[in-house]
Amino acid sequence: MLKSKTSRWLAGPYLVWMAAFIVVPLFIVIWYALTNADGQFTLENLTQIGRYSSVFARSLILAAVSTVICLILAFPVGYFLSRLRANKQHIMLMLVMLPMWMNFLLRTYAWMTLLEKNGLINKFLGLFGIGPFNMINTSGAVVLGMVYNYLPFMILPIYTAMTKIDDSIIEAAQDLGCNVWQILWRVLVPLTGPGIATGITQVFVPSVSTFIISRMLGGGSNLLIGDLIELQFLGNSYNLNLGSAMSLVLMVIVLLCMSFTSSFDESEMEGVM
Amino acid sequence: MNKKQSIILQRTYIVLIFCFMYLPIAVMIAFSFNESKSRSNFTGFTLDWYKSLFHNEMILSALGLSLVLALVSSVLATVLGTLATIGINSMSRRTQLVVNNISYVPVVNPEIITGVSLMLLFVMAQNFGLGGDSGLFGWPTLLIAHITFNVPYVIFNVGPKLRQLDPSLYNAALDLGCTPRQAFFKVILPQLSPAILSAFLICLTYSIDDFMISYFNSGTMQTLPIAIYSMTRKKVSPEINALSAVMFCVILAIILISNAADSRAYRRNQTAIRKAMQEEGAR
Amino acid sequence: MMKAEKRVAAALSAALLALVSVPGALADGGTITVNEDISVSEDCDWTRFADDNITLNVYNWGLYISDGSDDSVDVLSAFEELTGIKVNYTTFDSNESLYAKMKSGGATYDVIFPSDYMVGKMAAEGMLAPLDFDNIPNFKEIGEDYLGWDFDPDNTYSVPYTWGTTGLIYNTTLVDEAPTSWAALWDVQYANNVLMFNNSRDAYAIAAKKLGYSLNPASVEEVETVMQELKAQKSVVQAYVMDEIFDKMEGGEAAMAPYYAGDALTMIDENPDLAFVHPSEGVNFFVDSMCIPANSKNKEAAELFINYMCEPSVGLANCDYIGYSTPITRVWEQLDDDLKYNEIAYPGEDVMNKAEVFTTLPDEINAAMDAQWSEMKSYEEGGSGWMVVVLLGLALVISFFNIWRKLRKKVRDDY
Repeated sequence: MLKSKTSRWLAGPYLVWMAAFIVVPLFIVIWYALTNADGQFTLENLTQIGRYSSVFARSLILAAVSTVICLILAFPVGYFLSRLRANKQHIMLMLVMLPMWMNFLLRTYAWMTLLEKNGLINKFLGLFGIGPFNMINTSGAVVLGMVYNYLPFMILPIYTAMTKIDDSIIEAAQDLGCNVWQILWRVLVPLTGPGIATGITQVFVPSVSTFIISRMLGGGSNLLIGDLIELQFLGNSYNLNLGSAMSLVLMVIVLLCMSFTSSFDESEMEGVM
Repeated sequence: MNKKQSIILQRTYIVLIFCFMYLPIAVMIAFSFNESKSRSNFTGFTLDWYKSLFHNEMILSALGLSLVLALVSSVLATVLGTLATIGINSMSRRTQLVVNNISYVPVVNPEIITGVSLMLLFVMAQNFGLGGDSGLFGWPTLLIAHITFNVPYVIFNVGPKLRQLDPSLYNAALDLGCTPRQAFFKVILPQLSPAILSAFLICLTYSIDDFMISYFNSGTMQTLPIAIYSMTRKKVSPEINALSAVMFCVILAIILISNAADSRAYRRNQTAIRKAMQEEGAR
Repeated sequence: MMKAEKRVAAALSAALLALVSVPGALADGGTITVNEDISVSEDCDWTRFADDNITLNVYNWGLYISDGSDDSVDVLSAFEELTGIKVNYTTFDSNESLYAKMKSGGATYDVIFPSDYMVGKMAAEGMLAPLDFDNIPNFKEIGEDYLGWDFDPDNTYSVPYTWGTTGLIYNTTLVDEAPTSWAALWDVQYANNVLMFNNSRDAYAIAAKKLGYSLNPASVEEVETVMQELKAQKSVVQAYVMDEIFDKMEGGEAAMAPYYAGDALTMIDENPDLAFVHPSEGVNFFVDSMCIPANSKNKEAAELFINYMCEPSVGLANCDYIGYSTPITRVWEQLDDDLKYNEIAYPGEDVMNKAEVFTTLPDEINAAMDAQWSEMKSYEEGGSGWMVVVLLGLALVISFFNIWRKLRKKVRDDY
């Protein structure tokens, strides 16, 4: 159907668009990364990144920690939701997605007001004579911001995968004498593998590259890769070439992460968005 | 552990998660009615912040820009993407794979890299004299950037649907004397339209919500997220709380309406099926 | 049409009033009243661009104009009403980000507000257009003291907008004794209670003054020594901020922070527990100027805007709201006494003698400062070696997990 030579031309405009605005920009990033301000070839930008290895390490660790927390929090939610009655599921799903549609700057800002020294959480704890705690401007606050912002991205694919698991499979496992942990490890986790993989990428990639969360909740002293890149492009240390080199490294990191998660399941990446 | 306990446990867990997700939003809405500017003391009830929000020129014009931009870019992206899907579908398997993989790039790439790479492209184009004296940055760059990150969502939403279509329908239309164009508009497009519509809506939400990519490509223009960002970088006015509350209500309303429409359509569907079955039985 | 008529009528009545009430007003030239707070000189043809449908892109510091919030005068809408020119007003938060945005070509502006050293740097790189002072008659209002600085000796490119000093803002309820020196910002007693400038030049200046250096480094080595001092400060600093400081200091989130004197006044107004001091080591004296980028396509309209900003009534509204010190003599004369003789806004000889102005640095030192700043911000107290180790461990665990999974799968497939 529709497999005529003429209909192939319909993709023409998009192919041109794709080449101009997806492929070419990536090559420009590479080109900038490998030249200096005068346009001469150099590897200096890439070698300079070594100095910022701590930032890269911090970003990766914080993103990994948030991803794990998201996974732990989201897995039961996905399971419980998928066992509800259909009309209830629908409402709950809407409730999960609703905060996602709010502007994420506003949501992050809300946490800022909650976590402050004189913020609501400390005020509340103060009523019981606890605290005040130092919460804002710490790595913990950054992780919290990431978990909060990206949790729905973990819940949704896990939930989708869970709905495909029939109750009878779990019952069968129970009948065969599996305990709760065995059901979890032997049945639920393997069957939701693709959902988990999608969730991990959807949480890890934005977490590792954010600069808003670290700036608003981290106080600018917990720099992440995103901050560093932004600093080179529109911030205090104007250096497009170094910024491009950093972007390049970030891209490689994301590719590695993707190749890891996609090894869970090669076919099941489509249709989860 | 018996069944009842486990259900209670489940309920509590879900409630706790929802508390976590809605706590900040609830706090912002509550403090949008706060009389003083304090972010932690509630001193009295007022609607003043809503009043000043609706007189805030900066926010209103940013909102206008965001809406127009989202609409235009989503329409263009949907058209471009739908055409592309049909074209890609008739390519060889190998080419399809290449094109799809490249289209994935803006989806999986961190947004900051998409933003930065487009910025570098536009800077370069500008250095070659494109855009004249006034420069390229502004409407053109924003529009291009938004279309670029929206098109893949169209392709990946409409693509699967297109592959599921029954080819014999199209062929039947041709046999019955339709021109390929007529067959496309009368047979293919109506079947694709739900997928196209949902792709369009996805584009709309992504476009309105985008900050990262617009941030690097906006020139002197301010979309709503950029305006919000510049608000949070200054002395923050409680107008921002009012804005959150308004946005929350609008989104809630949209969801409720679409939900109601959905369930009505569902019910209508069910009734029709029941009726048909009854008729079948009666016969 | 209606509007124009109204304006003429307003102008006429204002002129008449001036004639009747103030003898000698004629020599001064009449004024046009835009609203109850803003009235401008009649010498200038304000409406000459009214029909050209021009939009001016104005790029200013955040919270740096009287914009109508908190019942202040809205000078921008008054300008739009007066001239028929639309203003697209956006804000930046440091000289460096202004420079980055312009240098990359990411945006084209018509009026920008860089500080002294940035004026010099931009002028040297050909990013600014020389001003035509025939279009800025109000230039004469600017006091002599604020003209002819090194960064722009003949004021070819810049018209001073405000000036001021940096200093230390502290919360009297959160400090044991009032600080008098920049060294207080390094005091471990206030660990996690100190905010710091989030831009390289201002932060550098403080560390340099603390060490007794000039705030304009003469060599790359000097930059390194001073940046080392900023690294040492990191464990004490709660957050690096620019205009976020308003909320944080007013809300009692931190004990002390360095910032600009004008903003300190605004903060003290909001929270009377706050106080301000000019540290004894000396401070930075700055002049923020109005300039027109070389690639502006509305240069004359931009000059009209600058002229408008130099109008005494406009200057007064701005000065009143933002608290910075004004270079316009007639504005200073009209200020309330508590601001006019305020030690914070208009410090005495003792402070001014020790104040230093930023100069434009040579490229090499500038590049070093930018790079070192990124590095300082990335630096982690106590070394970051552990993070790399943790990361390697993590990667190992993941790859082992992956191999184990594949092996298991293989075993299962073999069944």
